[in-house]
Amino acid sequence: MKLNERSLAFYATCDSPADNAGFLYKRGERHTAYHRRWFVLKGNMLFYFEERESREPVGVIVLEGCNVELCDSAESFAFAIRFGGAKSRTYVLAAESQAAMESWVKSLSRASFDYMRLVVRELEKQLQEMCWGLPGGSGGSREPPGPWKPKPSGLEQCRERLPALPAIPPKENGCAVWNNVLGAERPPDASGCGGHDEEGNPRPPPLPPRRRVSNGEAASAGATMTESPSTFCRLHEQYSREVTRLRQDWQQRRRGPRP
Amino acid sequence: PRVPAVLKKRLVKLVVNFLFYFRTDEAEPIGALLLEHCRITKEEENVFSISFIEEPERKYCFECATEEQCQEWVEALKRASYEFLRRSLIFYRNEIQKMTGKDPLEQYGISEEARFQLGAPRQ
Repeated sequence: MKLNERSLAFYATCDSPADNAGFLYKRGERHTAYHRRWFVLKGNMLFYFEERESREPVGVIVLEGCNVELCDSAESFAFAIRFGGAKSRTYVLAAESQAAMESWVKSLSRASFDYMRLVVRELEKQLQEMCWGLPGGSGGSREPPGPWKPKPSGLEQCRERLPALPAIPPKENGCAVWNNVLGAERPPDASGCGGHDEEGNPRPPPLPPRRRVSNGEAASAGATMTESPSTFCRLHEQYSREVTRLRQDWQQRRRGPRP
Repeated sequence: PRVPAVLKKRLVKLVVNFLFYFRTDEAEPIGALLLEHCRITKEEENVFSISFIEEPERKYCFECATEEQCQEWVEALKRASYEFLRRSLIFYRNEIQKMTGKDPLEQYGISEEARFQLGAPRQ
């Protein structure tokens, strides 16, 4: 399959920051000898060079849909990058220290485009909820201005969910925020869930677990991401509509009431 | 189609930051373009092109069935790079931090990850 190799090589060697870099031993495909190579992780691409100073990578591993696991190998500090397909190769790599191995396993398991997209959508959602629907957000106890009307359906839902007993607060962003607004007892901080907010701001739902071996889990993580085309372009647009409207209001008020 | 003078019909598929292209009746792609450090340009009607920073004169041209489809592709491709996603993440992270005073990545344990930093060269 053809690839725009020139562009790949450029991406590998240009001075955009690498997400990880270092020497690793790579087990050969046909022979089980390990070769020391210089590895550079950028985005979802793991490039490897013969030498650190080499001008062009010898190869690249695209880190989508893979699992990174520790390895039972004679070689110490070994780990593997496994892919799902029937004909797929497993890459066995070994680091030069425990710390290096842990650092690589961590950065490789979060390197996929899918993972990045998941985090971005999560943050996008948080930001939107803070600005657009929910007065209990970071603005504190201020009265929300007109346009930011609370969604009645959200309110219904949350009334049902108000815990009678101290309990783990509901996981949905919307509900946690409404609890604040209604002045009901604040959800007790459930330290078990990790990361609570003294201001009573919504705790975002936990990030979906990193991809495990079973495809099922990956598929379900994928399914939740299909909707929402929003990006910061759309947010920007929303902000500007709001600003325009406010400006118009202000100008009208300046002109005074019309006869 | 690579050469503007000769158009070949291809099935084109955007998967993460790769644009795969297939012969219309085949299951395996003929090739793929990595969409990093590239520029997506709207050309004449129904046409857009992709060019890469290290070879800006070389354009990969694509003609779509309709202008609307063309716009969709241009929008989608502009957002397709990993680097774009990374920038979005940093943007949101900053916005949320400004509004709440907290780093939203902290609770996921990923605040210190190199890929989420503002990107001073580290090598």
